Amino acid sequence: MTTAAEKATTIFRRPRAETGFWSWLTTVDHKKIGILYGYTAFIFFVIGGAEALLLRIHLASAESNVLSAADYNGLFTTHGLTMIFLVVMPMSAAFMNYLLPLMIGARDVAFPRLNALSYWIFLFGGIFLYSGLLFSAVAPPLGVVPGIPGNLDPSDARSFGALPDGGWFMYQPNAAQEFSPSLAIDFAALGLQILGVASLISAVNFIVTFFNLRAKGMRLLRVPVFIWMTVVVAFLLLFSLPIIAIALFMVTFDRQFGTLFFDATAGGDPILWQHLFWLFGHPEVYILILPAMGIVSEIIPVFSRKPLFGYAAVVFAGAGIAFLGFGVWAHHMFSSGITTVAQVGFGLTTMTIAIPTGVKIFNWMGTMWLGRLQLKTPMWFAIGFLTMFTIGGLSGVTHAVVPSDWQQTDTYYIVAHFHYVLFGGAIFGLFGGLYYWFPKFSGRMMNDRLGKVHFWLWMIGFNMTFAPMHWLGLQGMIRRTWRYDPSLETWNRIVTVGAFIIAIGLLVFIFNFRTSKRRGEIAGMDPWDARTLEWSIPNPTPAFNFAEVPIVHGLDEFWHQKYTEDKTGRPIRKPEADEQVARLEDIGINPPEPVHLPNPSYFPIVMAAGLPLIAYGIIFHRSIAGKALIVLGVVIALAALIGWGSEPLEEAH
Amino acid sequence: MLPTRRKKLGRLLVLTALAISLASCSIIGIPDSPLNSLDPQGPFAERIDNLFWPVFWVATVVFVLVEGAMVVSLFLFRDRPGRKEPRQIHGNNKLEIMWTIIPAVILASIAIPTVRGITDLTECGADAYPIQVIGHQWWFEYRYPQEEVVTGTELVMPAGREVCATMTSEDVLHNFWIPALNGKRYLVPGQETQLRLEAFEPGTFIGQCAEFCGLSHSLMRARAVALTEDEFASWVSSQQEPAAQPAEGSEAAAGLEVFLNRCTQCHTVDPFNVVALDEFSGPDLTHFMSRDTIAGGALEYSRENLTRWLANPPEVKPGSYMPDLGLTQEEIDSLIAFLETLE
Repeated sequence: MTTAAEKATTIFRRPRAETGFWSWLTTVDHKKIGILYGYTAFIFFVIGGAEALLLRIHLASAESNVLSAADYNGLFTTHGLTMIFLVVMPMSAAFMNYLLPLMIGARDVAFPRLNALSYWIFLFGGIFLYSGLLFSAVAPPLGVVPGIPGNLDPSDARSFGALPDGGWFMYQPNAAQEFSPSLAIDFAALGLQILGVASLISAVNFIVTFFNLRAKGMRLLRVPVFIWMTVVVAFLLLFSLPIIAIALFMVTFDRQFGTLFFDATAGGDPILWQHLFWLFGHPEVYILILPAMGIVSEIIPVFSRKPLFGYAAVVFAGAGIAFLGFGVWAHHMFSSGITTVAQVGFGLTTMTIAIPTGVKIFNWMGTMWLGRLQLKTPMWFAIGFLTMFTIGGLSGVTHAVVPSDWQQTDTYYIVAHFHYVLFGGAIFGLFGGLYYWFPKFSGRMMNDRLGKVHFWLWMIGFNMTFAPMHWLGLQGMIRRTWRYDPSLETWNRIVTVGAFIIAIGLLVFIFNFRTSKRRGEIAGMDPWDARTLEWSIPNPTPAFNFAEVPIVHGLDEFWHQKYTEDKTGRPIRKPEADEQVARLEDIGINPPEPVHLPNPSYFPIVMAAGLPLIAYGIIFHRSIAGKALIVLGVVIALAALIGWGSEPLEEAH
Repeated sequence: MLPTRRKKLGRLLVLTALAISLASCSIIGIPDSPLNSLDPQGPFAERIDNLFWPVFWVATVVFVLVEGAMVVSLFLFRDRPGRKEPRQIHGNNKLEIMWTIIPAVILASIAIPTVRGITDLTECGADAYPIQVIGHQWWFEYRYPQEEVVTGTELVMPAGREVCATMTSEDVLHNFWIPALNGKRYLVPGQETQLRLEAFEPGTFIGQCAEFCGLSHSLMRARAVALTEDEFASWVSSQQEPAAQPAEGSEAAAGLEVFLNRCTQCHTVDPFNVVALDEFSGPDLTHFMSRDTIAGGALEYSRENLTRWLANPPEVKPGSYMPDLGLTQEEIDSLIAFLETLE
């Protein structure tokens, strides 16, 4: 058997490294992949944040020339693309990857190599998107429209090269070849296409894992809320990504191959793009926020020392939000001239989303009520999530009042709203998760005092940055604006100062993360006295996760292993709890019998490398080199596929 | 225990009050922007305003209740020495039903005026005064089909009467917005959209393109000028007049020469180069001086600004389709002399 398997994998010798550089390139361990996702997303977070700071420096005065109009447009476009596709989505994916098997009592996800493939495609997609910067020389200068000479001012020359400049929403026909001849839009469209493949693969993987690999006894209504949100997001991805994939193909074909899907002069429809984009784009909003909602649903019960209030309601509300999320897309288009009936319909569906969202917020508060609140850093971030997300939710309701939205859409009021939801919501939630699960992957605790400094810097900086934007929007400051009325300068300066306070907070976090990872207090087992299965194994997590697969008897399984309740319903620690935890730690560190794990593989990273080559080839398809790149990319992907197919997941023992 | 908590609460209240009063002082201290959307000057904008404020106050009450409950629970339930373990409450179905139904009722009460607002505000009235709006990168063109008048950037309209703007775009998406008169509406190439505009009183109302439309999006400005019935009638008749012939040998005559040599690929001045509509891409300049702004609203009219614009348009508006023509100072001066005759 062994020889047969070895013969089948003659393309590469099976990778053997368990530590070091090569182990990371060939890993199929969901924990390592999760960590890779996390670090990559964090690097992009710093890049996206730097872009935001440049924008804010420019906007500190009304007639600023810090950035040229072209650079300004490029930076707000990449800031949006980066934060959505390269930060919040992969940072959520980091938690999902790391925690999905741990929280359902599994040894890995259903398809470990697919999991690795999804990460590498994501990484290469992100690099591909930014690599457009290197090809500025190939693109015609921005602002030059063929046939009209001399309409490019030298002072407008791009200092950052060819950043995509059509907005992350790439509205047609402004982002079409005629009006945005820069290649950067092609890089963005194809980059998103590649990133979509990565997300689609993990969605399938997570769904299969969720339905098949839960530990014995973990019925659907015993699954932790974060895992529920993971699978809800996976379904959202599964149903929404094909829409944007098709729409992006239409854009690429319009730009590269002369089709006319969105060209009004040839009978195409620019509004069709908006329908397709937002039919993906609105579910995308829930793809961004539901994982953070899952995270706070885990944090709040632990630090309130109470079970989640209304567990089933929270789960169903999450699923309900996701379902309704497919029926509200046109609220992004209330001023586009869609019919009266459509405006009424989408206004009403948008309002209904507030109901399950409210249910979630009330249940989180119900969990805290009468609790014994441990105000550690993760809890503060969860509280930050709750308070800030509530503001974002309420301003969201005002958009559902369609005539009001005619006034507020395309102004800073909207910018304020979605930053309250996606920064005050998603990012606060994700950082809460980072503080909470830091011991899980590092074995050490983060410094709590520095964590609180980080939290309060963000709380102050965040509100200083985004609260005034509501007012700026009501005062008529439009979005994506390189210039604004001088009467709005004072508020804009306050906003810029706020943005820098956020940046300082982030520096505190980076310092805390680095020092805690090296010298932080050793966490030991179960540092938070937590409730879910991932804490029933040692920190950092052993490679095989569970030495013995747990049997689940109820929701919050690990808590009930440690605690029983007295007559009044107050928890009493079982006398044998400490012994039980010590036993779990011992078998986690010294497993009674050897655990077989999937072997590492070269094929995921090799196959992923094929995709950007094909994409480069499409962009440069007019040249021989471009055509050759397409062929090369296809050959590499196919070869990897064959190698992958002939390589067994686990070597025979 | 209690007194310190009360003291803390008191301190918090004082701080909050201070913060709110400081914030409101600074809001009062800063003048409103000309694009302020909370200062309606016509029936449609007022209708929207009347819809916005009740919803705003409902949202504010919900905000205060939710965030208040949050702060209270932080004070009441934070862990202190001697605090007992909490009872393990798993939920309460009555509460779940309550906090599902109450928001639904609140939303329904918002939904009714919303739906009525939408149906009342989208369709133009039957006897509204028709004007066509055409978007260009980066200026708005207006046509008055009944009067055969063409102008740009400044939408002159009768006060106290509904105007029905039928809108389209020549190139990319634009979004026409005069906050004091109504909300926004897209200008879509190949399609027509409609927007109702009306001002209670004569006046000038500032507007802006709100949909990202390329390099000079932020400089694509507009204004609506509402005139009394009489003023509007005389504005129309003056717009129908062709331009006067400049006196021979004057600087304006030299400017006309420059115009005819350098500007007629894109611009028209009746009667010197009459071109069919849609045959030229720049604004009609026949009544240049009847407008207060130049360069699609990017600059107020002044000789200085006009010189700056003519000398190098892309410096004023990045990506401008009007190129740097390499005009000499002499040519610019005579061109300005000519343009200033175009009342």
